[in-house]
Amino acid sequence: MILVNQAIQGILLGGYYALIACGLSFMFSVMRIINLAHGSLAILAAYALYALADRFDVSPFLGLLVVAPAMALIGWALQRTVLERSARSGPLAPVLATFGLAIIIDNLLFQQFGADTRSLAPYIGDLSYDSWDITDDIAIGKLAALTMATAIVLLGGIQLFLKRTQLGRMIRATAEDSDTVGLVGVNARRVNALAAAIAMATVAISGAFLAMRATFGPYAGAQQLIFAFEATVIGGAGSLWGTLIGGVVLGVAQSLGASVSPQGFFVAGHLAFFGALFARLFFGDLGPRVRRAFARRAT
Amino acid sequence: MTLLSVERLEARHGLLQAVRGVSFAIEKGETIALVGANGAGKTTLLRAIAGAHPLSSGRIVFKGVDISRRSPHARAAMGIALAPEGRRLFARMTVEENLLLARAARRDGPWTLDAVMTAFPNLKARRRSLAGALSGGEQQATAIGRALMTNPEIILLDEVSLGLAPLVVDRVYAQLEGLKASGVAIVLVEQDLKRAMAMASRAICMLEGAVAIDGPTSALTRNDVTQAYFGLRRSAEREASP
Repeated sequence: MILVNQAIQGILLGGYYALIACGLSFMFSVMRIINLAHGSLAILAAYALYALADRFDVSPFLGLLVVAPAMALIGWALQRTVLERSARSGPLAPVLATFGLAIIIDNLLFQQFGADTRSLAPYIGDLSYDSWDITDDIAIGKLAALTMATAIVLLGGIQLFLKRTQLGRMIRATAEDSDTVGLVGVNARRVNALAAAIAMATVAISGAFLAMRATFGPYAGAQQLIFAFEATVIGGAGSLWGTLIGGVVLGVAQSLGASVSPQGFFVAGHLAFFGALFARLFFGDLGPRVRRAFARRAT
Repeated sequence: MTLLSVERLEARHGLLQAVRGVSFAIEKGETIALVGANGAGKTTLLRAIAGAHPLSSGRIVFKGVDISRRSPHARAAMGIALAPEGRRLFARMTVEENLLLARAARRDGPWTLDAVMTAFPNLKARRRSLAGALSGGEQQATAIGRALMTNPEIILLDEVSLGLAPLVVDRVYAQLEGLKASGVAIVLVEQDLKRAMAMASRAICMLEGAVAIDGPTSALTRNDVTQAYFGLRRSAEREASP
């Protein structure tokens, strides 16, 4: 029973990782940009929500109505000023540029807010600790369930948006061949800036959940980045649903690892990451193969 | 009425000057065969007109507006479409998505998704297939269809029949005849001289980046064009002149 509980908590934790990874995965799989400032930008959004809650008594959920558009603007500016220029000089330059950006954001946050750890938990009432007790051994936290639901809606929503809408098609086409899209009337610069804006709006949501779930400090970005990165890589760069699966694999591995030993939490998570990485190196992408196997069985 | 005029256009690939002072004008609804050997500058010229290749000098005037410095997407929105060499489809997107993408040019007109499917019936069954998985003929049809979906006033077709089976080429040309009748100006780059001459009302032959011959197809013999194509006439003149 304890093992079942561990697995359930792992799955819910996976929902959190998937949510954290959403913006990173979107930028990586669609725009082919590795954004090393992802974690720091999420922390930036968390601080913005904290400042709104602390000074003006705004609930984090309402605060998102301001912070998500603000982050979208930051994404637009980031694309126009940093990513666009650096991407022109090859795939490595954006990695270095966003790494530098992460350092700048972290230290500006430290200067502004100091080293104290903060949390949004006090501003969301009993949502932060309330849970549904399924049996004596199994309890599902309301915040964890909300996180999972948000991850599913957000990742699924973006996936649908990319598949079904004209802007989604333009974003995918621009990522595939930014020279040719111009010939069919697509303004590639504008589309890329819009895509970055969307990615950053999702980062704001990640930041909100990160800050409601636990505490954060100005240098917490790097740790968030690692889990987001692991979830993205385990899931594969093909689709955003993959990121949800990647997050769940990571969460379950950590959760089960922790039940073996307290150190097992990180070790098992990293092992799952390396396992997925090596599996892909030696056997190629597993996603399409699994899908084909299912298709064969269906016919 | 002049639709497009190209004036002393020059374009380079680094040190190589691919297009050297080309000038010509295209009337509304005219069909032009642009011929010339490999490396004569045809593709670069078309790409320069569509905005995909920068000019080093000269200018391009479309519907009375100087568009020399405009971006490719602005030119597509004005009504210039290029079906590029090598098709350049979005391989990870479906046929339908490739076609729908051209709505980004925001030009309404007769060419809708259904119209393209009717014009190229071979695409109907492949609507949901990835463009990367199509046969050569299907890819070419998708590329032409995508250019048509922008509802252009002039369509630039680069190497339409390259790599296609003769039967498929016939089908593509049958569609082009229909397109010609609809009043869209066409610039056709084609290796098959006979075919291009039969289709077009005027032929422009390029040689080493410059226009070697420009005239109505009715007044040009196959021999004239062949000589211009290989630069025979020019060297013959050169030998005769001193």
